Amino acid sequence: MSDAVDVGRASAARRGAPARPAWLRDAIGVGLPALALAAMLAVILHIRPSAMSYFGFTLLFKLATPLVFAALSQMLVIMLGDIDLSNGSFVGLVTCVTALYLSDAPGEAVLIYALAIAAYAGFGLLIYVQRLPSIIVTLGMSFIWLGTAVILLPAPGGAAPDWLHGFMNWKPPLVPLPIWIAALAAGAGHLIVTRSSYGAVLRGAGANPRAVERAGWSLLGIRAAVYAAAGLLAVLSGLALTGLTTSGDANIAPAYTLLGVGAVILGGGSFTGGMVSPVGTVVGTLTLSLAGSLLSFLQVPPTWQIGAQGVILFLVLAGRVVVAEKTP
Amino acid sequence: MSAAALLSAGAAARAEGSGPPFVQVRALHKHYGAVQALRGVDFAVGPGEVVGLVGHNGAGKSTLMNVLAGTVQRTGGDFSVAGAPVEAWSPHRAQAQGLRCVFQELSLCANLTLAENTRVMHRALRGFGWRRRAERVIGQTLDAIFPGHGIPAGARVADLPIGARQMAEIARAFSVTDEPLRCVILDEPTSALGHEAAEQLLAYIRKVSTEGVACILITHRLDEIMAVCHRAVVMVDGLVTAERPIVDLSRATLVSLMGTIEAPRERERAAKSDLTSTGLTSIGLVVDDPGRGAGDLPIRAAAGDIIGFAGLDGHGQRERLRALYAKGRGGPHPVAYVAGDRGTEGVFALWSIADNLTIRSLDALRRGGLLSRSAERALAQTWAERLKVKAPSVDTPILSLSGGNQQKVLFARALASDAVVIFLDDPMRGVDVNTKQDVYRLIRSEAAKGRCFVWYTTELEELNNCERLYVFREGRAETMLSGAEIEPSRVLEASFGGGHE
Repeated sequence: MSDAVDVGRASAARRGAPARPAWLRDAIGVGLPALALAAMLAVILHIRPSAMSYFGFTLLFKLATPLVFAALSQMLVIMLGDIDLSNGSFVGLVTCVTALYLSDAPGEAVLIYALAIAAYAGFGLLIYVQRLPSIIVTLGMSFIWLGTAVILLPAPGGAAPDWLHGFMNWKPPLVPLPIWIAALAAGAGHLIVTRSSYGAVLRGAGANPRAVERAGWSLLGIRAAVYAAAGLLAVLSGLALTGLTTSGDANIAPAYTLLGVGAVILGGGSFTGGMVSPVGTVVGTLTLSLAGSLLSFLQVPPTWQIGAQGVILFLVLAGRVVVAEKTP
Repeated sequence: MSAAALLSAGAAARAEGSGPPFVQVRALHKHYGAVQALRGVDFAVGPGEVVGLVGHNGAGKSTLMNVLAGTVQRTGGDFSVAGAPVEAWSPHRAQAQGLRCVFQELSLCANLTLAENTRVMHRALRGFGWRRRAERVIGQTLDAIFPGHGIPAGARVADLPIGARQMAEIARAFSVTDEPLRCVILDEPTSALGHEAAEQLLAYIRKVSTEGVACILITHRLDEIMAVCHRAVVMVDGLVTAERPIVDLSRATLVSLMGTIEAPRERERAAKSDLTSTGLTSIGLVVDDPGRGAGDLPIRAAAGDIIGFAGLDGHGQRERLRALYAKGRGGPHPVAYVAGDRGTEGVFALWSIADNLTIRSLDALRRGGLLSRSAERALAQTWAERLKVKAPSVDTPILSLSGGNQQKVLFARALASDAVVIFLDDPMRGVDVNTKQDVYRLIRSEAAKGRCFVWYTTELEELNNCERLYVFREGRAETMLSGAEIEPSRVLEASFGGGHE
């Protein structure tokens, strides 16, 4: 095989450095935001050593829980090569439905969730069948979700069911609840998307849909399923958020859309489709949500915080470019 | 029935020379809109048979294979697999019957590893330990076909060179998990393989054919067909025109079987005498740097010339055309380029006909630094009429036109400009006959006025419009034909690297 192939060794010898094995590349993808997370934690703990406690960590990561689900939902859509701009307003709608109906009429609430998830799957199909740009369809959807939420609940209000509020304030053993949820979500995502045999098909469908179709899979089915799963995760995000705030608010989560995209990209994902990491996404989410707290600890005025958050995001992404392998 | 039983039954059937064919189609039709890709094809392949499918670009080989693989639905005709008639057909069903395909453009997901790509094809690879099993399956098949390949099954496809990807895709098509393998269709499988790997593949095809696996080999490398196939099937213009056992076939006959298109030769020689007045004759408008590598010809064209780039699709014509265009842009003579791929590099989808037509001539339409609306409209009007663009007005959105009329607008864009040298990038694909005739006439009359055309085309009959032809093979302009030498048979011969051994 002189003419073609001995890939690893031959090309590496030419470039003078060993090609990185796949696991190392994946580790770098997750490692960067993890490093940033550790650095931020170190700064916070240095300023306020008392944060180094069960209670301190609960406070620091409390608001990350709904964002973890929203970012994973966004990750599924990005995996297909699309983007979901309706994620944040959908979460807002779920908080309204939850605060209004879940305690008094759980049946209706569950029915609305199911309808909303079906709508998500439907829009996924619409994007595929009509070859529409997802950015336009989901932007339009975001207004529909927001409008519906405002009609349901014109002003913030309602009440979370006690069990939901109770669960979100539950103190499990060993580490605080947000850490448990983040770890479990990352683990489940890793198993399903990265390790499972169906995950391989899903990621393939994002990168080269034609090849997957030619191998005998129904893209229609794949896309409907993935969008429905994204809808389900967004519902979970809304539930968690309502459990924390104990009320519904149509305008509570618009920032989730772009924070979710940021977390996916921070965690090693890319917009080309098929390249996402659930573990990276969860770590990215924790990093982004901690960035806000860090800036407060550093006594950065609130007016500057959004910009400073952007700078942190920028620095981590710039770090990725620096350590990235040069493609020959 | 077990796989072994199937295989031996297949081998027996072939030995007798009878028995039901594995795949059979009769009077197969496929049209895309008005374009007839298949016009009543009869084709069959028996168990263990290796069939070579040859023909010029656009003869319908790839369409036939896509119909067999289930990725394209037929418009009409009968289709049976293993003796049973088939109504609805899909890639999934094809695979359940043991029919696999290696497509011309690679069909691996670049973000996945080889093992994961294998999983995408094999539904049986699931559950605990699937990754290990997939790595074993693809590794073993690679070892069997390409011994010493050196491709790790855990490698991501994006990290593999093109040759290795092709090998991986071939191995994936031949890999077996739960369903027995009965037939593999290979479309230009060796285009990216080195010599040694191509030989290994042919040897493997020979081996599995004795085990009862049928192969349909589509390739432009006729030596491969001669080396491995039992039977050659020749397609021309959506029809099967010849079917011969390889044993009584020579390479030269095979080439001549492909060149049976009788194109009308209505060559009207433009009188070049009036060109002297323009002062442009005998000036080389296009002069290419001396060829690239051995056997590459320099390309020259003068005012009034129509020169053609011929050869099989993807043998470097487009690359050369673009290189010449890029060079021409810096040169003294204005140049223009007519794109063949309308959708991606031709039309501005949201603009009107007038906007699309005048974009190349904005400098000439400036009045005091601003665009003159009236001059723009006048120019668009003139050229839309000269090319007989069928539209209510030049303000009509371009996408409301038919493909042929859109292409006319793109032509008009180049012709309305001040360009002296015009590059045509296979612009007549999917255009109806009348439009073609209109445009040919216009090209000839413009050439007579002193313009120079460099024309890449994959349609043999268009070459009759050219005065000089460069036939490309493997990235190089290998043969030059001029005047009366331009005949389909000569062009085919040159495209396939000569009709002799």
